[in-house]
Amino acid sequence: MANVKPRVKVPKTASKGEIITLKTLISHEMESGQRKDKEGKPIPRQILHTFTCAFNGQDVFSCDMEPSISANPYLEFDAKVEESGTFVFTWLDDDGSTYTAESKVAVS
Amino acid sequence: MTVTRRQILAFGAATAAVTLVGIPVSKVLAAAPEMDAKIKEFTGGATPGEGKLTLTAPEIAENGNTVPISVSVDSPMTAEDHVVAVMVLAEGNPSPGVATFHFTPLSGKAEASTRIRLAKTQNVVAVARMSDGSVYMAASEVKVTIGGCGG
Amino acid sequence: MTKSRVNPVRGVGHMGRTIVSKNEIKWGLSVSLFGVGLLSVGLLSVGLSIAPAQADPVDDTLVIDGKEMITRTAAPEGHPFKEVLSGWLFRTEETRALEADSFQNPAMLGVDEGAEIWETVEGTAGKSCASCHGDAAESMAGIGAHYPKWDPETKRPVNMELKINQCREKNMGAEAYKFDAREQKALTSFIKYQSLGDPMSIDLSQGDMRAWWDKGKELYYTRTGQLNLACGSCHEASMGKMIRADHLSQGQVNGFPTYRLKQQGLVSLHNRLRGCIRDTRAEMPKAFSDDLMAIEVYVTWRGTGLSMETPAVRH
Repeated sequence: MANVKPRVKVPKTASKGEIITLKTLISHEMESGQRKDKEGKPIPRQILHTFTCAFNGQDVFSCDMEPSISANPYLEFDAKVEESGTFVFTWLDDDGSTYTAESKVAVS
Repeated sequence: MTVTRRQILAFGAATAAVTLVGIPVSKVLAAAPEMDAKIKEFTGGATPGEGKLTLTAPEIAENGNTVPISVSVDSPMTAEDHVVAVMVLAEGNPSPGVATFHFTPLSGKAEASTRIRLAKTQNVVAVARMSDGSVYMAASEVKVTIGGCGG
Repeated sequence: MTKSRVNPVRGVGHMGRTIVSKNEIKWGLSVSLFGVGLLSVGLLSVGLSIAPAQADPVDDTLVIDGKEMITRTAAPEGHPFKEVLSGWLFRTEETRALEADSFQNPAMLGVDEGAEIWETVEGTAGKSCASCHGDAAESMAGIGAHYPKWDPETKRPVNMELKINQCREKNMGAEAYKFDAREQKALTSFIKYQSLGDPMSIDLSQGDMRAWWDKGKELYYTRTGQLNLACGSCHEASMGKMIRADHLSQGQVNGFPTYRLKQQGLVSLHNRLRGCIRDTRAEMPKAFSDDLMAIEVYVTWRGTGLSMETPAVRH
């Protein structure tokens, strides 16, 4: 799907053991499969069905998404950081595409 | 009997009054068999308790296309005792599944927010499954309004 | 009360739907059913419109990225209201929160896309916007708060969309964007976003701007369509009241292009003006036509002093 762009918001710094809030937003129609086009034919479903967030390779949070998630999906959740590292955010599309974003946090 | 506009208004008001009353979980389940089946699959048949899980949703959504919701579960989020997942359902949508949030001890908190589509005024339901297998449930009614002259 | 007895009412609800373009319907739920099912809710809210608590704009402060927005200010001389009010004050707590957090605001995806377009070379001259205008944060700061402007060459007012198109054709050798092209909405939002918080004002002393303002004013109060409504019928005479389940604002334009929850995307001003006119069941003037440009000049003036909120979030 064209024009799919993720945005993520992660604090740049945190103290050891701190719980930080992460926010993600991604441009996607989330075509529900329930709509019809001008000729009355059903528009096939095409959504982002899975989101995952890992920190230094370990699972932090994930979400299974259904067509009832609004267009341009927004997800907000938390992570407890014990060390500096990189968050990797991944979205999986029905069409097989994968979208990723990364963000580093320095923990002191 | 002829129905006047005034009577329809009165009927609307009466309906609103009824739906303002709180929603017992058992009633929610009885009303939506497809949702009930999804919940059973998620909980493994465990009977959901009430409490611990908070579902935040607007009482009135300005537009059903984008309704902000959050879930929050009271849990220490340790390896021994944490929330595994929270499933969100919308009983009045074409398909009741909305999202399932999966947590780990690295989540730190069992809280998540997103924005969902609601086809009409209905109950939004959340079910949390803990690492010890216990489950909790919460429901909230969201009124979905139709817009102005354009609908 | 039998179902069949209610049918005539359903019929009315259905008629209301027939004029809505299919493009409007973002989700494929049967919207007509939706309309019928919620008709009682709609009527109910009409009933509620007499309750002032339901109708007054809220007393709240909009702060975006630490910048306080002017959402309420004294109206310019000759204005029918004492105070001009941003549409933000008429929305629910949840919708207001969406705009207040520039990360949560889904329209920022469009602003990001506009920032990329700004840097993208297009057309025969081998230029991007940035080739001439450099860093938009500097060169475009405050610019978007003062459109439409008089254009001496075409002897018409130009809005941001038309200005971008002029620049693309004349300076870049690129094609003008078609009305409501995704890129047009993104770039317009990006440029206007550089004026976030700046009070909106337009210069009516240039060229024939005053005459366009007069024409816009006349159109604003001209009743049109099968419903026989003027802009002023809703946004002036009924401001603050409910129209079915919707809250009528002053119809301010300081947040356009704006993210509408209904469309789940950025909506341009002329798209919204056309939508409003369609809802009166009138023929819609073309985007950027003399009529809509005159209305844009006039309604922009009606919001003089309000902060630019582009990209705002509305229902």
